[in-house]
Amino acid sequence: MAEDSQWPLWEVFIQPGGAAPHEHAGSVHAVDAEQALQNARDVYARRGEGINIWVVPTAAITASTPEDMGPFFEPGNDKPYRHPQFYKVPRGVKM
Amino acid sequence: MVKKADSSAASPPQNDTVEYLLRLGDDRLVLGHRLSEWCGHAPILEEDIALANIALDLVGQANLLLTLAGQTENAGRDADALAYLRDGLDYRNTLLAELPKGDFAFTIARQFFFSVYSMLLADALRQSAIKDLAGIAEKMLKETRYHVRHSGDWMLKLGDGTEESHARLQSAVDELWRYTGELFLTDDIEQRLVERKVAVDCSRLEAGWREQVNGVLRESGIKTPEVKWMQRGGRIGRHTEHLGHMLAEMQILQRQHPGAEW
Repeated sequence: MAEDSQWPLWEVFIQPGGAAPHEHAGSVHAVDAEQALQNARDVYARRGEGINIWVVPTAAITASTPEDMGPFFEPGNDKPYRHPQFYKVPRGVKM
Repeated sequence: MVKKADSSAASPPQNDTVEYLLRLGDDRLVLGHRLSEWCGHAPILEEDIALANIALDLVGQANLLLTLAGQTENAGRDADALAYLRDGLDYRNTLLAELPKGDFAFTIARQFFFSVYSMLLADALRQSAIKDLAGIAEKMLKETRYHVRHSGDWMLKLGDGTEESHARLQSAVDELWRYTGELFLTDDIEQRLVERKVAVDCSRLEAGWREQVNGVLRESGIKTPEVKWMQRGGRIGRHTEHLGHMLAEMQILQRQHPGAEW
């Protein structure tokens, strides 16, 4: 694969509103954190998309691999009791 | 001491407020257009979008200011008529705004000089006795704070970057410096409006501007130029050769197809 000749890559996470968690928006190139913040603002938040931005060096992210899919996620498929919806709410409990 | 521009050559006496609004609007329209010339040509994609964003902010401010100028003038001219159907002689922008975009360092240095000035101006203009103008100033201040941050960060990166970026920024600052004096040149029109609490005395912004700009230049390792003579003329319609070329390109559509819309 050709090496990326541009500046280092940063991942951008934007918090859309008050109590919502940050969501991955995309990535930008930048030489440092301040520039990454500004570029993220200009590329992903110029239409009022959020109230807060995180930028993280892409190199700092450790991701699971496609091979991990089986051992990581499949064991959960046959265990519906791990979902809170599996349990009936006892009568008399107010929701 | 208050420095004053020579206003004897100004076109027939107009409504002071209209004249003032044209100055504010034209600075932003012309600089916004210059900045938009980077669209598709900036060093990297992210910066391309950033410069276009700032250009749009400036054109948006110009739209509001020229609309208000047209309403105040009350002669049937809207923002489009003022932007697209006036000749260079009737433009009131500073020379700083109309200079060709140059290289990236030149664009950044010009943007930084103008943005710091515009931020100080907008801050004070929020007290204007004209409510609509005070409202525009509020919006301008928010946008301009970001412009200062963006261009200021680039000043440090270029000045303290490679040998080439440093040399390019120093040469841009050297060339631009003589155009900065005009930003703080007041005249009778402005002073009459200052008395009516409509306008800001721009000569009073100079000390704050110098402090902030010199601070960033120092930090960037850039020498502040010594200039004995400052260029002037834009406020009375005496422009550089560059404005005419820019307007020709900017206005061609409306001039050839009057009233065209899409």
